[in-house]
Amino acid sequence: MMEANKTRNLFLSLTALAVVGVFLWWAPSHLDGYKIQILNLIAIYSILGLSLNLIYGITGMFSLGTAGFMCIGAYVSSMLILPQMQKDMIFILEPLHPLLYAAHAPFVVAVLAGGVVAALAGLLIGIPVLKLGGDYLGIATLGFAEIIRVVANNIPTITNGALGLKGIPPYANLWWNYGWTFFTLYVMYRLVNSNFGNALKAIRDDELAAKAMGIDTSRYRVISFTIGAFFAGIGGALMASLLTTIDPKMFMVTMTYNVLMVVVAGGLGSLAGSVIGATIVTILLEWLRIVENPISIGSLHIPGIPGMRMVIFAISLILIIIYRPDGVMGNREFTWNGLLRSGKGGKSNG
Amino acid sequence: MADRPVILDAANLTMRFGGVTAVSDFSMAIQENRIVGLIGPNGAGKTTSFNMITGYYRPTEGKVSFLGNDITGMAPYKVCRMGIARTFQNIRLFKNETVLQNVMIGSQRRQKSRWWQAPLNLPSFNKEEREVREKAMELLERVDLHKVADERSESLPYGQQRRLEIARALATEPRFLLLDEPAAGMNPEESHVLMGFIRRLRDEFNLTILLIEHDMKVVMGVCEHIWVLDYGKLIAQGNPKEIQGNPKVIEAYLGEEYLADA
Repeated sequence: MMEANKTRNLFLSLTALAVVGVFLWWAPSHLDGYKIQILNLIAIYSILGLSLNLIYGITGMFSLGTAGFMCIGAYVSSMLILPQMQKDMIFILEPLHPLLYAAHAPFVVAVLAGGVVAALAGLLIGIPVLKLGGDYLGIATLGFAEIIRVVANNIPTITNGALGLKGIPPYANLWWNYGWTFFTLYVMYRLVNSNFGNALKAIRDDELAAKAMGIDTSRYRVISFTIGAFFAGIGGALMASLLTTIDPKMFMVTMTYNVLMVVVAGGLGSLAGSVIGATIVTILLEWLRIVENPISIGSLHIPGIPGMRMVIFAISLILIIIYRPDGVMGNREFTWNGLLRSGKGGKSNG
Repeated sequence: MADRPVILDAANLTMRFGGVTAVSDFSMAIQENRIVGLIGPNGAGKTTSFNMITGYYRPTEGKVSFLGNDITGMAPYKVCRMGIARTFQNIRLFKNETVLQNVMIGSQRRQKSRWWQAPLNLPSFNKEEREVREKAMELLERVDLHKVADERSESLPYGQQRRLEIARALATEPRFLLLDEPAAGMNPEESHVLMGFIRRLRDEFNLTILLIEHDMKVVMGVCEHIWVLDYGKLIAQGNPKEIQGNPKVIEAYLGEEYLADA
């Protein structure tokens, strides 16, 4: 019975993967650029959401450093894929450091490098900062992200300062983005469902008791934070190539806020929740652009208010926290068994 | 009672919090394979002593040695790795995890595979994970919790939560087990069952057990040796008979008037 379920579930998973594959193959020739862009953003926000979910949802460390790690990943990877001709064109005020001028790598390597450097940064600040708990950790990581941004703004021979980088090759298509999303999802799934993952959840639930179980909690926290930083770096690297332009202003706290929204809306501690949250948040962010345009209802003319969309966004986050603090999925996980069971009694996934 | 080798030796432990002395100059030597008790009125410093032994507090003065090793002020997770496990006065389960997961977490420290092997899906990793799961299941069967293995630990009734906390401590494969008020909140029948359970643990798992307890029936029923603390000072020690007849103990628990009347 159990074995039969296993085979069936594997079959269903592979089918689902194939369906996504066919869709990705079909999409570019049938959907317009705007919709493709949204699909790409969903993939990247999924990666970012999963990254923060490991740190915050699974291990219980309230971190606001996502934008900082993204910034590192984005700059490192972009520097490796920018053609030299483009580098000549961008760095007009100050010359680029010759070492970076010569640096070049294929896209996969560049994205990985972005992740690795972000992970190193995570390791370095994690060791001192993770001794803090709760809100203090949030403030410290927020400060770290701001420092990264300010530094990026002030080392023009490396980052081109406030002008940012332009003309980054747009390699990050649907295949790359969804490929990385599945990779992230797989790694997270294996980690969270191993006994290592159990130990992380133990730290979240009761750190004192986890210590009594012989778990070196500070070490586990640093590992979890570093893995999270790695994937945030990957997300940043992909986003840079998708948008083809980056500058330090892009990595302000609002970016972290979007990712936090993904995790909270989807459900803290649920991997499937992060993907669902990424879908909801990305679509909502685009759809809400309507409220920033001038609207006419009959003779009533409402002028467009820039920034209105963030106001509505913030209100919806508050509403979620009040009325559905567990997000869409709570800390439950998506399983085929669960889906089939609920399918018999009508669809109830909420 | 014949003397056995000492497994845990706490010597002259003193714990001061600012101006308050919670425990002062407390010594106890616990012999291997015994069930012993630490009693005293509320606020006498029992849990503080527990915390000093398990590394949650570093004693202001004094020394703790376990199996001949100095473990004074060692980090709690290292103390656990030395072979000392504990439960808590107010149950501290990992409440969002299942019963089985709670026990598996106790085995984590002995696992050889590292976290980065999980995504690689190596056969050796998967094999060890399976073994940990099976071992946890076996342990649950021995403490009769296997039927609720997949329940969320928070949803268990109180008595089973207590038992799970002990099972989780056993999963770390300790040689020395500290139980902080295992009978708290239990009715007489439940605490009677608990007494048998504690004895069985000692014999089956070859443990030395130190317990803090307020339920005198349990203390007198299972402990072979008892230390009594009052206001942080050791006022008596001995076997249950000696403790029951000790005027200092009666005074500490019941007050001077009772002694005068009697």
